Amino acid sequence: MSTSTLKVALIGNPNTGKTSVFNQLTGLNQKVGNYPGITVDKKQGVSKLSPSVKATILDLPGTYSLNASSLDENVVIELLMNKNDKDFPDVAVVVTEVENLKRNLLLFTQIKDLEIPTILVINMSDRMEQKGITLDIPYLEKELKTKIALVSSRKKTGIENLKNLIINYKELSTEPCLNASEIDPDYFNNLRHTFPNQLLYKLWLVITQDVNFGNLHRNEVSIQSFVKSEAELKRLQQKETIKRYQFINDVLKVGYTVNREAATDIRARLDRVLTHKFFGYIIFFGILLLIFQSIFSWSSIPMDFIDESFASLSAYAAENLPPGLLTDLISEGIIPGLGGIIIFIPQIAFLFLFISILEESGYMSRVVFLMDKIMRRFGLSGKSVVPLISGTACAIPAIMAARNIESWKERLITILVTPFTTCSARLPVYAILISLIIPEKHLLGIFNLQGLTLMTLYLLGFGMAIFSAYILNKILKVKGKSYFVIEMPDYKVPLFKNVALNVIEKTKAFVFGAGKIILALSVILWFLGSHGPGGNFKNAEQIIEQELAQNKISGEKEDLVASYKLENSYIGIIGKSIEPVIRPLGYDWKIGIAVVTSFAAREVFVGTLATIYSVGSHSEEETTIKNRMNAEINPITGGKVFNLATGVSLLLFYAFAMQCISTLAITKKETNSWKWPMIQLVFMSGFAYVVSLVAYQILQ
Amino acid sequence: MKITLAQIKKGQKALINDFNVDVIPLKLLEMGCLPGNTVELLQVAPLGDPLYINVNDSHVAIRLETARQIEVEIIKE
Repeated sequence: MSTSTLKVALIGNPNTGKTSVFNQLTGLNQKVGNYPGITVDKKQGVSKLSPSVKATILDLPGTYSLNASSLDENVVIELLMNKNDKDFPDVAVVVTEVENLKRNLLLFTQIKDLEIPTILVINMSDRMEQKGITLDIPYLEKELKTKIALVSSRKKTGIENLKNLIINYKELSTEPCLNASEIDPDYFNNLRHTFPNQLLYKLWLVITQDVNFGNLHRNEVSIQSFVKSEAELKRLQQKETIKRYQFINDVLKVGYTVNREAATDIRARLDRVLTHKFFGYIIFFGILLLIFQSIFSWSSIPMDFIDESFASLSAYAAENLPPGLLTDLISEGIIPGLGGIIIFIPQIAFLFLFISILEESGYMSRVVFLMDKIMRRFGLSGKSVVPLISGTACAIPAIMAARNIESWKERLITILVTPFTTCSARLPVYAILISLIIPEKHLLGIFNLQGLTLMTLYLLGFGMAIFSAYILNKILKVKGKSYFVIEMPDYKVPLFKNVALNVIEKTKAFVFGAGKIILALSVILWFLGSHGPGGNFKNAEQIIEQELAQNKISGEKEDLVASYKLENSYIGIIGKSIEPVIRPLGYDWKIGIAVVTSFAAREVFVGTLATIYSVGSHSEEETTIKNRMNAEINPITGGKVFNLATGVSLLLFYAFAMQCISTLAITKKETNSWKWPMIQLVFMSGFAYVVSLVAYQILQ
Repeated sequence: MKITLAQIKKGQKALINDFNVDVIPLKLLEMGCLPGNTVELLQVAPLGDPLYINVNDSHVAIRLETARQIEVEIIKE
């Protein structure tokens, strides 16, 4: 069947509901990838416009204008400037929001200057009545030289109309709606004569931006002495912006009327409470508590269930599959490994659920506003709050979220300290250690001791982040302009579909990203643990039999053989060789291996111990990881391996150490240098080692 | 008397007169913070900084140091 496929790019300011329109157009037919070489999310989806026409919809990152100030915004410009890009759109759909139409149109007029067929979507049309807004659509269409689709992604109206406009994109005008070159006629005339084959606005963008665009190289323009000083350029850009707003204001004066009497202003009322000098903070900390509550206690129910299910599945596989190497691999390597990944889903999902609701509702901007002054004392920005909170899910998206911090110094400090916040991957490590060393008692009858310990660890991580930021702020000498601008969007009830899709997508990315590493490591660990060099491993059974006969040792033969084998396996040998370094922290070689492998991803710690212990124990009954750990006996002292001293030492190590390779990789990408990730690695891990050492030596 | 955006009171409206382009971020200009436009101070953060303003119908928050660079004229109601 021959169906034609159109390429559509969705462009728009942040907070215009662009993603809602994308979700409405594509439904579940979407996938998230990466632009080559950079870590900007590339969201693409397929929309069935009519029985015979399909469209690939590309949801470009939100941008306020075509003057890029961040990596995300660069993506938009680079695509629109390069006709040869495989994603270059047949039609551009600019999404605006009815209440902020004036500001949103600035970007629209810029896109029109690129002479791409452009459709204007005016979203959130359901709010018009409430805000007393009326639009003269035919007039606006004529003046803006476009077709308009009034859409309400909330009420799901207008999407069919938009689809029709996309199908008939050839009827769209590609004429610019104003002549921006009037800001300096001589200069632009000159430019036009020198490059008769190039679009004037493209040339202008190439001159003002610091990037190359497609086949038009920046240097080509530079040699023609068209480049002006930075101050001159900025003055021209200001003139350009004024010019565009003049045009927009003139158009809207006729086409857009607001009856202020009819408008009800919920925003002002909500702002008064949410940014109140007392209640504002109370509400914010209340929300934080709610988030932590959900991670600590609500998600434990599905997590326990997952933990137990995988333990029984593993036992079931071991019993029912024909004995052999493959069965061992499945029951001792793959199943526990998979369990170690899936167990995170509830916590990750809860975290992204909250973050997504806070962002969608417009509340996050208020938090930034409330916290900016406080954060600045520590060299951070109000915008650092978002990375620091997201850091409780995973440091990788958190570090990426630091991108919209304008000041380089504040951004760098945010990137450097974010890994201190307790990410969800550390949670299973904490959870299992706490359940082993802290009794399940209540303090004063209310506070769960285990919960309090967990809370303390979170506070420790957060405190350390703030403290290091303070130190870094004193030490770092980074020059650069410091400024801060944040839009305060109107409050909205989050759309279920947006939130749900966001949670699914983020959880999926995390599970598959980290999952691959965890699964691969589980299999490698299993192999290293069930094979060994030399005769000791092979002849384990005879050696143990002999020793039993000579009464040198006592105990169940099977268990003894298993643990002897483990000690003489590859993993045992590796573990023993690093033991001298970790012994002063109270760790044996099994814990050592878990600590080392967990550098791939934190949660691997639990998975590794699970793998090591399930390799080590041959009893058929199903045991959960916790029971296995609790049963570990230190052969020297005869006490439990996971006693208070070792447990606390481990907890502190995980609270402060550099978390994982992926964090280092993302820091490298975002700072564009190996210097900063290395500083993180050495400083954080060194500090963690010292703290754990001191703690163990005092407690033991 | 010349005053700046940092000096107006909560709830007051003012007209933007002029500012030094070099120190004002382009992003703020794009939000509509331009000479000739009106600006209203909506909220001041609890510690006196940043300021939450409505400029040219855009709702944005900026820091005091930026506000000090923007010369305004109070509009008498």
